[in-house]
Amino acid sequence: MPRLLTATRRAALAALAAAPMALGLGVGPASAESVLRIVPHADLKNLDPIWTTAYITRNHGYMVYDTLFAQDEKLNIHPQMVGEHSVSDDGLVYTFTLRDGLKWHDGDPVKAEDCVASIKRWGQKDGMGQKLMDFTKELKAVDDKTFTLTLNEPYGLVLDSIGKISSNTPFMMKKEHAETDPNQQVPEVIGSGPFRFVKEEWVPGAKVVYAKNEDYVPRSEPASGAAGGKVVHFDRVEWIYIPDPATAMNALINGEVDLWETPAVDMVQLLEQDENVELAVIDPLGTQGWLRPNHLHPPFDNPKARQALLYAVNQAVYLQAIVGDPKLYKECAAYFICGTPNESDVGVGALQSHDPEMAKQLLAEAGYKGEKIILMQSTDIPVLNAAALVTAQVLRDIGMDVEVQAMDWSTLTSRRAEKKSPADGGWNIFHTYATGADATSPIANIGVSGGGVERAWFGWPTDEKTEMLRDDFAREADPMKKKAIIDELQGRLFDHVVPYVNYGQWFQPVAWRKGLKGVLVSPVPFFWNISKDSG
Amino acid sequence: MYAYIARRLLATLPVMAVVGIAVFLLLHLTPGDPAVVIAGDYARPEDIEKIRENLGLNEPLHVQFFSWVGALLSGDLGTSIFSNLPVAKLIGQRLEPTLALAIATIIFAILVAVPMGVIAAWRAGTLTDRVIMVFAVLGFSVPVFVIGYAMMWLFSITLGWFPVQGYKPIGEGFWPFLRSITLPTVALGIIYVALIARITRASMLEVLTEDYMRTARAKGLDNNALLIRHALRNASVPIVTIIGIGIALLIGGVVVTESVFNIPGLGRLTIDAVLRRDYPIIQGVILIFSGAYVIVNLVIDLSYTVLDPRIRY
Repeated sequence: MPRLLTATRRAALAALAAAPMALGLGVGPASAESVLRIVPHADLKNLDPIWTTAYITRNHGYMVYDTLFAQDEKLNIHPQMVGEHSVSDDGLVYTFTLRDGLKWHDGDPVKAEDCVASIKRWGQKDGMGQKLMDFTKELKAVDDKTFTLTLNEPYGLVLDSIGKISSNTPFMMKKEHAETDPNQQVPEVIGSGPFRFVKEEWVPGAKVVYAKNEDYVPRSEPASGAAGGKVVHFDRVEWIYIPDPATAMNALINGEVDLWETPAVDMVQLLEQDENVELAVIDPLGTQGWLRPNHLHPPFDNPKARQALLYAVNQAVYLQAIVGDPKLYKECAAYFICGTPNESDVGVGALQSHDPEMAKQLLAEAGYKGEKIILMQSTDIPVLNAAALVTAQVLRDIGMDVEVQAMDWSTLTSRRAEKKSPADGGWNIFHTYATGADATSPIANIGVSGGGVERAWFGWPTDEKTEMLRDDFAREADPMKKKAIIDELQGRLFDHVVPYVNYGQWFQPVAWRKGLKGVLVSPVPFFWNISKDSG
Repeated sequence: MYAYIARRLLATLPVMAVVGIAVFLLLHLTPGDPAVVIAGDYARPEDIEKIRENLGLNEPLHVQFFSWVGALLSGDLGTSIFSNLPVAKLIGQRLEPTLALAIATIIFAILVAVPMGVIAAWRAGTLTDRVIMVFAVLGFSVPVFVIGYAMMWLFSITLGWFPVQGYKPIGEGFWPFLRSITLPTVALGIIYVALIARITRASMLEVLTEDYMRTARAKGLDNNALLIRHALRNASVPIVTIIGIGIALLIGGVVVTESVFNIPGLGRLTIDAVLRRDYPIIQGVILIFSGAYVIVNLVIDLSYTVLDPRIRY
């Protein structure tokens, strides 16, 4: 009887499913255009990837703009728009020649003067760009296709900077746009990348449309990360912003979208069970969690109190709370991301010890006497919300008096700029995270800067030795010596500075419909190289 | 009557002015800084300061207010701080989905709820009445997102009748439009069905006990004429009031439905703008909402004169 009922129900469902066809409610005629529909991680709100560091704008940048150099999936830098380049024997003069066939979307040829202006604008805004500009004596166009960069002294990160994969990525723009004040948006989106931005179809908060740039000449090498040939297999790519994760999941299961960039971790199991969906981690660097203490005010102005945090934090507890699935996280104490050449195990003992008693002792030595700790909790970002709740308990367990102040992320980002004491509207702790691509080196990782109130990131760690080691790293070209600097720097960070406490590394899977091929391994999602099985 | 309409329309001006001042002050005195959001998580304080300066956010509050009001008086709602697009254009992009959803929901709710309420009153105390009232209680109690996801699972994923998400403008064809709007309309409409059915039943019950109804019954009028021409018409003033309030609520209050079905309407535009402190959008949208509330209320008041000839302005 149950089998009969099931069969009857199936027949009824099949008949119901056929009903819309009979009523003429089926999908309209198929379009000849091939379209890749993806659900991005956020809404594209603004279009200038130099004006903002927002990752969604960076991803938009990769669609429409191109870069001089690019990072492959093994983190090596390769020429992209550049055809040939050379370095003088003294290491001071870099000469770059653009490859043939580069055109802006309005048909004009890409010229060396465009690139010079673009690097200058980026160099005013980006941390690595500013560092590069500090070492730059002159940047000038030699002819239409060639330009030179002349340094004051040898600098080991020239190509790493120009080939930087994450925000702010040095995208090349037309000269007249690149001359815009970097703190104002460029007036138009004219790139030379593999896609054109279709502005008239842009609905902020809902949809972004890109059309294939038919004039784009890809490199001949196979695509790898951001490097290699950017071969586009679709006429259009549509970014359909779906803020509700359950709806995004249903849209993917139903075949209304082809790829979902950031499936919610609690939906991964459901997606794994769907035979039409494939899941993979395409960003091997993942994301690193930061518990940021305020170095300006007690108790965390005292290094011992900051070290107490290292002993108190147990990454496994945080990762369970924010990710849950052990396949998608890794306990990793290193400041410069596990799985990269800059991974180091120097000084990691305190963070790996999980010793609350030692934490209590260090707090007592730091002179902590039960003062209130203001912990800012961002309630609208699930990962940060969970991390803040864990930290509140961790601190209470070691005897701290914690006041959790709930707010949205927007409010938190304003409040964290306050340098006043916590009692006067300042703060003691907040949480954030950085993608691995932004934390792999002492220069890219803004969280380790020890530049104090003038130059360090919010929380304002102050340590001259850290700054000196970061500069040494920037100057050094020899990989072995670089590694030695990393070890020394990380030892200094753990033993004295503790700029932030790393609460773990996790990996965001990407989900797509089976039949989609060529999704590239990279910290940034790229939509060239992807094709769809016709069957 | 015309003088009344003119008076009511004039009265909207001070209302809008108060709303404008209140919204402006609330927004600018609330913590949060669009420049920080724009600059991104890793921006340096000096970059944030420069962006703030370029956006005019460092100007004294009264200067910002009067510059907004000045633009408003010349018909300019301003420009989004983030997308650099005119607020009027952004609202225009979102108006059709919101209006389509609101109108479809109200039509659906009226078509289902009024007959339900009339039948429940007519059969008061019977099983039919109880079943209808149980439905009404459920309609109130089950959150719209639960209904939405359940319908999505059944009608989209299992049966494949409707898309899971998205909105197709009516300009792209009536069937695609209808397919995109059906599930959100029903999911959102159920709560309004429940609300209107209960009010209809209550009003009808009151009217059905009136002397003139007894007289009509004694004259031998059939049930249809009795219920529709005599009872429903006299019970309609509170029903129309609740429908009007429903329309006003629908214009700005459908954020959950818009999110569940991924409809790019005004509700989502407002929430997105609030989260990132896009002041010109929030100010523009709230002014539009308040204007819509005033006009809907005016239309409801005027409809009373049609429904009840005793009411005159």
